[in-house]
Amino acid sequence: MSTTAKRGARGGHAGILAACLLYVGLLLVLPLAGIVWTALKPGLHIVSDTLREPDVRHALLLTFQIAVITVLVTTFFGVIVAWVLVRQRFHGRSFLNALVDLPFALSPVTVGLACFVLFAPGGWLYPFFNARGIQINFALPSMVLVTIFICIPFTIREVVPVLEEIGLDEEDASRTLGASVWHTFRKVSLPNIRWAIAYGIALSTARAIGEIGAVLIVSGLIQGRTETATLFIFRAAEERQLPQAYVVALLLAAISIVLLLAIETFHHRQEREMHSA
Amino acid sequence: MSGVAQQVDGRRSRGFLPHRTAAALRHFALRGTAIVYLGLMVALPVAAVLTKGFGDGFDAFRDAMARPGAWAAIRLTLVTSTIAAGVNAVMGTMLAWVLVRYRFPGRRLLSTIVDIPLAIPTLVTGLMILALYGPNSVIGGFFDDLGIRIVFTPIAIVIALCTVSLPLVVRSVQPVLQELDPAEEEAAATLGAGPRTTFRRIVFPAIRSAVVAGTLLTFSRCLGEIGSVILVSGNRTGRTLTAPVFIFQLTSQFRPAEAAAVATLLFAISFVLVLVTTRILRRKEAAA
Repeated sequence: MSTTAKRGARGGHAGILAACLLYVGLLLVLPLAGIVWTALKPGLHIVSDTLREPDVRHALLLTFQIAVITVLVTTFFGVIVAWVLVRQRFHGRSFLNALVDLPFALSPVTVGLACFVLFAPGGWLYPFFNARGIQINFALPSMVLVTIFICIPFTIREVVPVLEEIGLDEEDASRTLGASVWHTFRKVSLPNIRWAIAYGIALSTARAIGEIGAVLIVSGLIQGRTETATLFIFRAAEERQLPQAYVVALLLAAISIVLLLAIETFHHRQEREMHSA
Repeated sequence: MSGVAQQVDGRRSRGFLPHRTAAALRHFALRGTAIVYLGLMVALPVAAVLTKGFGDGFDAFRDAMARPGAWAAIRLTLVTSTIAAGVNAVMGTMLAWVLVRYRFPGRRLLSTIVDIPLAIPTLVTGLMILALYGPNSVIGGFFDDLGIRIVFTPIAIVIALCTVSLPLVVRSVQPVLQELDPAEEEAAATLGAGPRTTFRRIVFPAIRSAVVAGTLLTFSRCLGEIGSVILVSGNRTGRTLTAPVFIFQLTSQFRPAEAAAVATLLFAISFVLVLVTTRILRRKEAAA
């Protein structure tokens, strides 16, 4: 290659790199810096002032509750589903596999609508819960249900490839040596998939905290009752109480970036263990 | 391993059921749990929306579409999603390329930043755009002076969609590029191919499926996006109202059947698109 061509190629490299950095800078870095600056412009006291407001506290607590329940349910059932999908062969397995990905393809608004339709008067499940006096829509249960729906794929999609990769050898060996199924799972399978599970938990938590489209529909937007942190930001921004909206948004952004760093750590750990194995 | 075996030795015959029956029961219990979980949590709600929207034929759909701004909302969502998917197809492929092939200080940081939209609440993304490009902000004010309005116009919608879907193409193309042997590219370059020819002839055919898959994912993600859009679009009927926000409005006006019809239409569009494209890709790969 001649030197001019080489220089030209290097110039091309620099151009591509510059374009990428500019794009990411404009779309992500600058707006992040913008929200930090805008939120803290009135002074640091705005943070403690906002966090002392009862509406804000309630919203954060509600988001925390929803996230915890969601993560517990999707992790427990997610591991079971992943296990069944990888270790069992049966009719309808590919259909089940497709169902797992469905939440990725649906708009959160559609998810909220589905829950609304099921539990509203005239809905399929309305008579059952109404007869027992359990309110689902415009209350915590519906908000948990839609968040679970949206988070279903995360744990499963992380655990399935790892289970496929590790294969059956170790489990078979453990069973042949007389270990019970449960013992084999705890001592052999679980250590192998623990980083995948951690990864799934972090992803689900981030998604659960940030969910807005679905809860917007099912929560009924009752201030101080069914208002999650994101719904608080939404209402505050609509009512032009922007300083509070920015502070809570900054808090959520900080939490999600910490979760993202955790996710990357889990990923590296898992890759290292896979390669050393 | 032998420690584990010793520790549990002799447990095999404990329990009152014959070994094989217990194994079969466990097998079916696990499978049943998985089926009931996914059936109740995923299949049932989706079936409910489909039946609500089209259970009585096309009446609900016609009613929904007769409302002012309904077609405009669907058109706006399709157009803005197409633009965002196109932009991110190009920029995402470039980013994946840079992250895999280039070595420069801050590469790990760039990789983490690209993933931020996966973790950050979409509503916060919307608020970030509002803070940066809003009428009272520095950049927004600058563009206002030029006579260009960003917030509460389709421009803000495209920016929001590009931001939230940024990682999808990158994360779809990156693993494929990592597997690709640079030796082929070097051979092409040694034989006198320019960087553009090398990319077109060697690299692109290898990553084509990943680029298309990532772009489709981006498009279908954008079709349903509401969190980042709802604060910055202004939601003016017929002008900046997107389909997901339209669905939200229909539901809050207690018109779930009409909302379900529009939701089904959106879902059908992205579903058909994915189906057709995978078909085409598979045929191309079979021919290659």
